[in-house]
Amino acid sequence: MLTETDLQAIWLTVRLAALTTFILFFIGTPIAWWLARTRSWWKGPCGAVVALPLVLPPSVLGFYLLLAMGPNGPVGQLTQSLGLGTLPFTFWGLVVASVFYSLPFMVQPLQNAFEAIGERPLEVAATLRASPFDTFFSVVLPLAKPGFFTAGILSFAHTVGEFGVVLMIGGNIPGVTRVASVQIYDHVEAMEYADAHRLSAVMLAFSFAVLLTMYLRRNQPRKEA
Amino acid sequence: MKRLSALLAALFAAAGLHAVEVQVAVAANFTAPMQQIVTEFEKDTGHVVKLSFGATGKFYAQIANGAPFEVFLAADDTTPAKLEREGLAVAGSRFTYAVGTLVLWSSKPNFIDAKAEVLKSGQFNKLSIANPKTAPYGAAAVETLKKLNLLEAVQAKFVQGENISQTLQFVSTGNADLGFVALSQVFQDGRITSGSAWIVPADMHEPIFQDALILKRGENKPAASALHAYLKSDKVRAIIRRFGYGSR
Repeated sequence: MLTETDLQAIWLTVRLAALTTFILFFIGTPIAWWLARTRSWWKGPCGAVVALPLVLPPSVLGFYLLLAMGPNGPVGQLTQSLGLGTLPFTFWGLVVASVFYSLPFMVQPLQNAFEAIGERPLEVAATLRASPFDTFFSVVLPLAKPGFFTAGILSFAHTVGEFGVVLMIGGNIPGVTRVASVQIYDHVEAMEYADAHRLSAVMLAFSFAVLLTMYLRRNQPRKEA
Repeated sequence: MKRLSALLAALFAAAGLHAVEVQVAVAANFTAPMQQIVTEFEKDTGHVVKLSFGATGKFYAQIANGAPFEVFLAADDTTPAKLEREGLAVAGSRFTYAVGTLVLWSSKPNFIDAKAEVLKSGQFNKLSIANPKTAPYGAAAVETLKKLNLLEAVQAKFVQGENISQTLQFVSTGNADLGFVALSQVFQDGRITSGSAWIVPADMHEPIFQDALILKRGENKPAASALHAYLKSDKVRAIIRRFGYGSR
């Protein structure tokens, strides 16, 4: 069976992924909405920045975050002046890193969903004198629901799968930064292959189940609204 | 079409290895001395050495699963003994090339005093150590803290590096005020290169014997045996001592 430290690592991973996804809904939605609607020249550069974590090696992201959040980095100076200390080796440091790391997995599905709605429903809402705010909540959100579902699932799953960034800034502290992927790495290094197998099997089953849920839902025939 | 096939040929050719090379896995704490040794070795013998640095436990897993290393310089003596027992190494080639020295180090000058009172005072944010489960320097650090009766007091401030290089990096970037690392990482020509340090007395922990051996892949390879012999030479032993290691 899974050991207590394995369960601790799994719970920590779930907490990290859930919090990251929750925060990303608030950060990702306005970014995706702007990217979907804007005709500004900045759309290209901003879209590229959002997509960067898709192609950057996690070691690059981890390296920059470690320097930026460290005591001499700009983010570290800010958090210290706010009396929060520094972020590396803390749970909230991992949350901040994961928000960057999983940003494209939130923004891109949402952007696609918003773009798919098109101009027409928004124009109709406007002729009915709905405010932009009202339009967003009564028209856009319901229409983009599948997009939110996909974005949430992908952000959560991608954060669960995080390894390189956590290794760079986490410091492998049990219950604080030792997530499941790092715990597996530890088991392998310590030659505890049976433990590594068990935890790996859990991760494999989880990842498959998540993707299966998503694809089954996507292939369902659209219900009439 | 011609260009495409030329490109493909180049891509595949790059993956091949030259036969005269010797591939060596080296414990991360021995990075600096090994680079110097290899420069000398290549000059003296004409052989070419490819070095990989990392954690000993990870190298074990890779070697057991067919990694192409021919010589292995471990951070401990148990992993090489295990490889020898399991028939993954050339029997009888195992020897202690260095005895590791543990040091408590900070990148800040005057942060650590001669008696390491700073550990007792608790006036530091984090204490970086190598994973004690897998890294001998981490295990020695824990043993030292136990002997000082400080383990419970400082445990909450531990941050763990994946190997000894990362343990040092947490300290040198200022993210941890201090850390237990290998003396060789912060020591050259008889003195600490920067910051402040407490060299842990040898009686505080079990000795860190670092063993090397020839792996099965290196059996009957002239370059591998040449390097193996070279590591025992007086020239190399002098280099190793200059980095703060002891000898057995």
